[in-house]
Amino acid sequence: MSRAPLIKPTHRLSFLHTALGLTHYQRAERLTFLALIAPNFILFGVFTFWPLIYNFYLSFTKWNMITPSPTWIGLDNYATLIQDPIFWRVLWNTVYLATGSITIRLVLALALALVLNQKLAGRDVYRAIIFSPTFTTGAAIALVWTWIFHKDLGLLRLPLSWVGLPSPNWLADVNWTIPALIIVTIWRGLGYDMVIFLAGLQGIPAELYEAARVDGAGRWSLFRHITLPLLSPITFFLVVTSIIGALQVFDIVAVMTAGGPMNSSKVYVYYVYENAFKFFKVGYAAALSIVLFIITLAITIFQTRLSRRWVHY
Amino acid sequence: MLASRPVTHSQVIIGRVISRLASHAVLIFASIVIGLPFFWMVSTSFKSDTEVGLFPPVWIPAELLWENYARVWTAAPFDMFYLNSIITTLAGLILEVLIGALSAYAFARIEFPHRDALFLVVLATMMIPGEMAIVPNYLTLRDLGWINTYQGIVIPYVSSAFGCFLLRQAFLSIPQDLFDAARMDGAGHLRMLASIALPMTRPVVATFALFLFIAKWNAYLWPLIVTNTWNMRTLPIGLVLVREAEGTLGWQHVMAASLLVLLPILVVFFLAQRQIIEGIARGAVKG
Repeated sequence: MSRAPLIKPTHRLSFLHTALGLTHYQRAERLTFLALIAPNFILFGVFTFWPLIYNFYLSFTKWNMITPSPTWIGLDNYATLIQDPIFWRVLWNTVYLATGSITIRLVLALALALVLNQKLAGRDVYRAIIFSPTFTTGAAIALVWTWIFHKDLGLLRLPLSWVGLPSPNWLADVNWTIPALIIVTIWRGLGYDMVIFLAGLQGIPAELYEAARVDGAGRWSLFRHITLPLLSPITFFLVVTSIIGALQVFDIVAVMTAGGPMNSSKVYVYYVYENAFKFFKVGYAAALSIVLFIITLAITIFQTRLSRRWVHY
Repeated sequence: MLASRPVTHSQVIIGRVISRLASHAVLIFASIVIGLPFFWMVSTSFKSDTEVGLFPPVWIPAELLWENYARVWTAAPFDMFYLNSIITTLAGLILEVLIGALSAYAFARIEFPHRDALFLVVLATMMIPGEMAIVPNYLTLRDLGWINTYQGIVIPYVSSAFGCFLLRQAFLSIPQDLFDAARMDGAGHLRMLASIALPMTRPVVATFALFLFIAKWNAYLWPLIVTNTWNMRTLPIGLVLVREAEGTLGWQHVMAASLLVLLPILVVFFLAQRQIIEGIARGAVKG
């Protein structure tokens, strides 16, 4: 091959490769490989792996980003964290938001997917409309929903008024902020879950149903013994991604409630942001980030372990 | 199913019609509930101050007040926000597709010792939540002098584990013969990437680019942290700040501004909804 290498090897490198017994062609191939993966790997190094290491270091320090350098304080940030009632409140809020949202979403999404999983006129139109909120800009839809939740003039007051119920002060009442966020996340996530379920339903072989029908199984029995078990990997995937998603919620909370009132809607990433960029407690924010990383890792490992046990393929 | 009593042909047909109608009823109801917030946003954006203050609400305003849009456009540098969003979204999208494609091509087509182990490093980055990097990345950009710049908004988020993974799969599906033939003609790897790999996998690349467009247009946390003047804000940040800074804006103005931010996303979605939904369904995009 007379092809010129993408990057000319330096004299020292070529000596090394000759020593390793590589041909000119192999050498050129390897250098091309390195050159092509370099942009991605340099960016991973600087903006993904380095932050992990740097956060780990910062989490043992106290720093406001203004003084020249961080002060080493050992495990103090982690000790503070364990005793911090807001940290526990934030974790609870995240679990409340994730479970409240996902349980309702799974039931509704599965029901809609079952209805959509038949030949119907306008099927694609329904699917598109129900899916449409999925990728909308968080900041904009947060404002739309703030207006919908308006205590006196909001759209949501209307159905409540039909049944004679007063409207809660959704975003200003500590008991109603998380339910309000659950409503928004259901609206936004339902179509996504439905599309995933629909794909799962279409993957179930029709012969399975036919065989069971021949054996005299009724509709409920088909659903209970074929559909549900075969959808379990998908259900599990949706539950796990929903929990990880709830850990990363930021924009709708920042815009709708700023975590208030009284921390009632403060979620994890918002708390990290607040500590770093509002209170300038960089060390504490770093400790929170490390804990977020560990939680995410634990969930992922738990997912791979558990899915082997109870998910039926 | 074994029928216990004879069922006539017409009974079967009536049963089917009823089940059809019930299905449509459920889906129409769901579509209306899901669509209402959009309708409410558009309807409010054209209302007068008095109409906004009415309960029960007015569904369709008596007169369409286009000046609400003019009012928000002048209340803040919205043209600047638009420009910033377009620049950062497109620059980020192009760079991420390019960087993802280069590395994906290397992993799919070039031999290298321990290549698969290196690929696991790429996959491992997907386990690290980007949100945990906000503090160190802010400090890195401060050292680089990139705070409040376009490159500061764009560069930290153009590395691509997912793109590398997705495009590698696509490139691996291309028959080897095509590459062999091109090599005979003296083509190098970059030529083969540009003239074989990318054109042959155009649908995958297009879907990937669509998702990147959406994600970058909607980005909120990072642009909020890394910009600090009005003329560098992107649309989602500008939108929220306008509302906070301008005490005199009514809900009709806030809804008009929200629609201005959402419009490009809604247009892209309705033009490419089939591609987007099927991309999701194929598991092309997870989470």
